[in-house]
Amino acid sequence: METLSSLADGFAIAFTLQNLFLALVGCFLGTLMGALPGLGPANGVAILIPIAFTLGLGPTPSLILLTSVYYGAMYGGRISSILLNIPGDEPAMMTCLDGYPMAQKGMAGEALSLSGIASFVGAFFATWGLVLLAPQLVKIALLFGPAEYFALFTLAFATLGGITSTNQAKSAFAAMLGIGIAMVGVDSQTGVQRFTFGELHLYDGIDFLIAIVGLFALSEVFIFLENHRGGAVGNEKAMQIGRLVPKLSVLKYCVPTMFRSTIIGFISGILPGAGASLGSFLSYSLEKQVVDRDGETFGKGDPRGVVAPEVGNNAASGGALVPMLALGVPGSGTTAVLLAVLLALNVTPGPLLFTNSPDIVWGLIAALFIANFMLLALNIPLVGIFTRVLLIPTRILMPVVAMISFVGIYGISGSTFDLELMIGFGVLGWVLRKLDVPLVPIILGILLGNEMEVNLRRALTISDGDWSILLGSPLAIGIWIFAIIGFALPIVLGQRMKRRMRNAASAAAADIKD
Amino acid sequence: MSDRILGGAGLALACFYIWAATIIPDSFMADAVGPRTFPIIIGAIIIICSVVFILRPDPEPQWPAISNLLEIAGAVAVMAVYAKLLPELGFVISTVFATTYLTWRLGSPILGSIITGVATSVGIYVVFRLILGLSLARGPLGF
Repeated sequence: METLSSLADGFAIAFTLQNLFLALVGCFLGTLMGALPGLGPANGVAILIPIAFTLGLGPTPSLILLTSVYYGAMYGGRISSILLNIPGDEPAMMTCLDGYPMAQKGMAGEALSLSGIASFVGAFFATWGLVLLAPQLVKIALLFGPAEYFALFTLAFATLGGITSTNQAKSAFAAMLGIGIAMVGVDSQTGVQRFTFGELHLYDGIDFLIAIVGLFALSEVFIFLENHRGGAVGNEKAMQIGRLVPKLSVLKYCVPTMFRSTIIGFISGILPGAGASLGSFLSYSLEKQVVDRDGETFGKGDPRGVVAPEVGNNAASGGALVPMLALGVPGSGTTAVLLAVLLALNVTPGPLLFTNSPDIVWGLIAALFIANFMLLALNIPLVGIFTRVLLIPTRILMPVVAMISFVGIYGISGSTFDLELMIGFGVLGWVLRKLDVPLVPIILGILLGNEMEVNLRRALTISDGDWSILLGSPLAIGIWIFAIIGFALPIVLGQRMKRRMRNAASAAAADIKD
Repeated sequence: MSDRILGGAGLALACFYIWAATIIPDSFMADAVGPRTFPIIIGAIIIICSVVFILRPDPEPQWPAISNLLEIAGAVAVMAVYAKLLPELGFVISTVFATTYLTWRLGSPILGSIITGVATSVGIYVVFRLILGLSLARGPLGF
């Protein structure tokens, strides 16, 4: 009951003209960014953070804008999957499997609106899950002391590579690189300079916004330059979408699919190391097992094969917000970027956020509901406009992305040094991507490194330097066990999971060619 | 081989990092752990990871040909010059040059690139400066 009244307060905050307008703009921009291959949700949110920041919007309006972008990008990712068989972002990969065959049968419009509805269902119920679950998790989190928090941060880093990670050493390397970068600047506990080498610009540390925009957005520009991919991804012929509204009967037999996939997606969203990609993969695989055991319709344009991964992916992105808001520990790349949003606004997520500034939390959650309805309303009738962005050649688009990145970072401090640092991160990001080193742990390391160290030092101050306090409570030991399992499991299973995902994708691609 | 080079670079970086951590001065405020321990742990883990890279490298990634590598180097150079010139020339003029270059290198014809450059620059100026009121770099001409 208490939860519902908090939620009502949240709606009162979100229902101002400015916030509704920002949600609309965010949904629109997000869908555009999600639709464009190469500009996934993480990138989209990353280049907009500094801009929202320098616009001087308050915490709640900025959050509403940027989470709308986040949800919008999740919706947009399916458009190029269905029309062109090119996933807009990683979680949209599974949508290709049945979406593209549907489009080839001339049912592109139906596939698009079905997936729009599926996205809505997944995100809507996952947001309810967030409402119900997050306050419960907060109650547990309030029992955490510094030692438990330190273990929790370790858990987040250990599982970030995810179950599909093929090289845990590279994930760990990336995380340590990030934490190492976070150490630069004044030590908050003792006030001494660390790793600044007398460079004045480094005294305050390295701004995580610079790192995020450089690593994500600029490195993307370099990838495009390297491959000379200047053309448009779409073509006029593929943009024929035909009948938009799906038949009611089709919708009806997709309902059980939606139900199952929401639950699977939501759970994989909450679990550390799973996230939206796994959510959509598991939903699709399970659905195939349940309704199409003989493999007759799936992969050949079965509407349920479009619905399942879309529901799963969007439910997972809602579920991923639970640990991010309640514990302050994100479990996936995009939520790591959302964490950066909060930190840029001087909001520290975690259990105290729910008690200290309920207006932000509940305003945000209300905004998620509003964004969902807006996205549904935007997506069905306007899908034609969104498909048009696929006709913009990347030789025009990528320079715009680069320039907006520069505008955002220059806006923060007006310093050339920051811009040069951003270019440096762009190059670093490009090299690391080539070497298959994941970038998300770096970001998370920069975001959480200081917090992690502070908790370690607090714990050891309490115990007067006795390191055994890190294993001092059953809760902490439990978290450590999870962290070790989460880190070790992919070493055993990662190759196999990855191969299965790839086999599923390539088998479907082979079917399409036949 | 690439992974081994990464491992070597990681080792060098970690050793430098640990050395830099050991010279962090003491402060009049002290806690049980001090400012040096945690960074040294981080450096140690980087060393372990780097050794793993050297012992068990992944398959070689697809490196671009020299010409494409130069392409990226060129873009980096242009961006660096752009960052330097931004406060001197102002946002609009420098952005025209930078965008024109990038668009040209991504495969537009010269004339088309110039038009895209001007349009992007003016477009961003109108949206971000005139409509949203963001502060952009001001040149001698005021924009």
